[in-house]
Amino acid sequence: MGQEVLLDIKDLSVEYVSGGGFFGRNRRRVRVLENLNLQVLRGETLGVVGESGCGKTTLANSLLRFIRPREGQVLFEERDVLSMDRASLRQQRRQMQMVFQNPFSSLDPRMDVLGIVGEPLVTHTSLRGKALKEQVTALLVEVGLGPQFVDRHPHELSGGQAQRVALARALALNPKLLVLDEPTSALDVSVQAQIVNLLAELQERHGLTYILISHSLGVVQHVCDRIAVLYLGELVELGPRQGISESPKHPYTQALFSSTPVADPDRSSKRIILEGQVPSPSSPPPGCRFHTRCPYVMDVCRMDRPAAITIEDGHWAACHLL
Amino acid sequence: MEPILQVQDLHVVFPTPRGDVRALSGVSFDIEKGQMYGIVGESGCGKTVTGRAILRLVTPPGKVTGGRVLFHGADLLLKSEDEMRQLRGRRISMVFQDPSAALNPLFTIGQQITGIMKRHGVAQGAALRERAIESLTALGLGEAEQLLCCYPHQLSGGMQQRVMIAMALCVEADLIIADEPTSCLDVTIQFQILDLLVKLQQERTVAIMLITHDLGVVAETCERVAVFYLGRIVERGGVRNLFHHTKHPYTQGLLAALPDPRNWGTTLKMIPGSVPSALELIAGCAFASRCEYVMDICRRVEPPLLPVGDDHLSACHLYAS
Amino acid sequence: MAPVSLGRRMLGGFLGRLRPEPGSGVWYFRRDRVAMLSITVLVLMVLLAVFAPWLTPYPAQGRGTPNIATKLQSPSTAHPFGTDPLGRDVLARVLFGARTALIAGITIQVVSTLFGTVLGAVAGYFGGWVDEVIMRITDVFLAFPPLLLAMTIASVGEPGLGNSILAITMTWWPWYARLVRGQVMSVREREYVKAARGIGVNDLKIIFRHVLPNVMTPILVQSTLDLGAAILTVSALSFVGLGVPPPAPDWGAMVNEGRTYIQNGRWWVPTFPGLALFVTIMAFNLLGDGIQLAANPKARGVGAS
Repeated sequence: MGQEVLLDIKDLSVEYVSGGGFFGRNRRRVRVLENLNLQVLRGETLGVVGESGCGKTTLANSLLRFIRPREGQVLFEERDVLSMDRASLRQQRRQMQMVFQNPFSSLDPRMDVLGIVGEPLVTHTSLRGKALKEQVTALLVEVGLGPQFVDRHPHELSGGQAQRVALARALALNPKLLVLDEPTSALDVSVQAQIVNLLAELQERHGLTYILISHSLGVVQHVCDRIAVLYLGELVELGPRQGISESPKHPYTQALFSSTPVADPDRSSKRIILEGQVPSPSSPPPGCRFHTRCPYVMDVCRMDRPAAITIEDGHWAACHLL
Repeated sequence: MEPILQVQDLHVVFPTPRGDVRALSGVSFDIEKGQMYGIVGESGCGKTVTGRAILRLVTPPGKVTGGRVLFHGADLLLKSEDEMRQLRGRRISMVFQDPSAALNPLFTIGQQITGIMKRHGVAQGAALRERAIESLTALGLGEAEQLLCCYPHQLSGGMQQRVMIAMALCVEADLIIADEPTSCLDVTIQFQILDLLVKLQQERTVAIMLITHDLGVVAETCERVAVFYLGRIVERGGVRNLFHHTKHPYTQGLLAALPDPRNWGTTLKMIPGSVPSALELIAGCAFASRCEYVMDICRRVEPPLLPVGDDHLSACHLYAS
Repeated sequence: MAPVSLGRRMLGGFLGRLRPEPGSGVWYFRRDRVAMLSITVLVLMVLLAVFAPWLTPYPAQGRGTPNIATKLQSPSTAHPFGTDPLGRDVLARVLFGARTALIAGITIQVVSTLFGTVLGAVAGYFGGWVDEVIMRITDVFLAFPPLLLAMTIASVGEPGLGNSILAITMTWWPWYARLVRGQVMSVREREYVKAARGIGVNDLKIIFRHVLPNVMTPILVQSTLDLGAAILTVSALSFVGLGVPPPAPDWGAMVNEGRTYIQNGRWWVPTFPGLALFVTIMAFNLLGDGIQLAANPKARGVGAS
């Protein structure tokens, strides 16, 4: 894994207008993502963690241009995805693909596996008929499914199998980057392990770069090289797996990591229980967005946004405590 | 002391056009008064059906085809529907996975809580409001008075779930069946709720049957556990025994498949294959097709649940001998 | 187009339905006696309509040629349904009336469903001003009671089958547009649609390949249920004189003309056309119900977890 930047996210801000009322009186701007800056290195697995309302799904949607951010750039190999024209975007789609959380809702229930996995090939190449079927079969084998799956429909598949089909589809065009949005959350533990192993294998074989979005810290810690922590639309901490897991510096990260249930009845480490609820994204707290729930809140936290403080090489956190 | 709930050899079947689906095949366990009991397993293992079968709420055309469910010594399966209605929500309460689906969007929180109390004759008049406020406060919901006038959609998921639990508490149920109560919630909220459950359970000696797929949750909150696989209990006992001295290949497989700080970046140990179809009639052990220690006898004879240690039972030919 | 050609998929689908898998929608449908009965009745109706000229010894009378000599005869072996005031064999009239009814009903349904679906899909998928414009147009049409609107439009042109079909179609399509729009809006947010966009499939293909097929079942059910209503509306128009002009056979018109004859004891004049109307519409309704039940797993109550 080198240090070359594959994806450079600059000042990404996404907001949507909610409410409306009559004649648009009650409209509110909801800032889902605020000035996000993040770089993804070629060949790495970057984990993005956070809870509901943190904006991680919006981030994924922005990267693939499913929604239009208010401002910012997403530079893929130095070309801005967000300002590409139609034709370039179409080509760009071959480079970046997404795997969704619910394997069943991401597969068209009326199509068979051949149609589903073949769709990217049909859209971008001239493969048809027998050649197409061969290519699809090869992809299925790569993700651990036999050729007999070609005729199946999504409702005949198990969760793990469906997710593998989704993976096969994502890999069909040989993308460089895969955005995985909670790929194992809807799966059982035993299936999760299978998929996680498969992802590692595929990454090795194809030199893929992954952005793994998840709320399951266990999986993220296992698989990722670096971890980015989002809270209410802002990046609060970023660092290597080891660094963040062993010594998280931001109070939110600390609470997050301590909240993960561990399968050990004798676990003795203290759990940090956060008070209160996550504030609504439509009216974020002033200053540091986390101050309403932070156990170490100080006066300055209520007024000023904390800047990113570098803790070590590649590890920084945005907190006034530092 | 007699356990508050005794499930004995429970069988539930769902007839479908393709054949009978055996949702539960002979499930037995006991829950003591004031105990936190974990029911853990993956999807399709029958854990939700167990909760529903106890309350006689199995979705038709499914039905209970055998066994007994003794609550305070009386068999629930023999009671009339009227008697069950008295029991549900009063002595045995259920907390569901998705609180926003379980709360009626048309009524305020206050109306729903007092409604339940009224229906079960737990309180009258002014006492209704008092008890409602008391329950909500006990669950860490500040400003309970204002909350009574709120509608469910105005509350966050965590708050909604607390309201559900408050509703179970204000009628002073002896047993709460909590079906994945925290799956829909964020991780930081999850433990707020679970801690509350444990605290309340201890303070009020309410027995809680916690149904979940999350082994971590079970390890941290439950006193005793039953592990389900394909409608059967494969291992059962005190939580320490089960996690530290696991004696069933399936449980071992589940624990080994969990990501662990000690083996980051390595291949996770997987359980090969997949869960057999619930339509198949399996002779012998349900887990035989995926077990790495499978022996000939495993395929022929279904292993009975036998003691393998102090307060520890396992249904496995390997460990039973 | 989808990787496997549409033709092969349709053939596969059709052959698959001949021996359906237990538990599938088609399987339920075939076990539903009422639904199968209604399909049988309708197939029979179509056959009778198609072969009408050869099924009766009085094809000319069926089409409208009077024969005063045999007027108002009660049912007999020569005239199983009796004769009408102009001496025409009622059975022949009913058979030829089936043609009118079915042609009208099917044309109205097909055209209005297609038109409504296209507009509704476009409105639902693209949203924004396209949606606004289309919806405001449909609102205008939906503001009027359909029958009244149809009558108004029909009265503009010359009375005739084509005219009434056109009029009714124009009042019919907005319902489908609305229905389809709603369905499309919910399907649009599904992840497989997003996935298709992520692959780079263009919008039009997405609509036809992913959105419409997943949306069509309730539309088809509604369309089938409405076939009966369409036939009834044609008959209603004829009843008030705006539909098919005499002497062409139309069940509604026949009932209208024959109304007064019940009082004189000539009950067969309006009764048989009325029965034909009833049976046909009932059959379509039951068929629609059958499709709905078969397509909707929840209605059947199956599940285990």
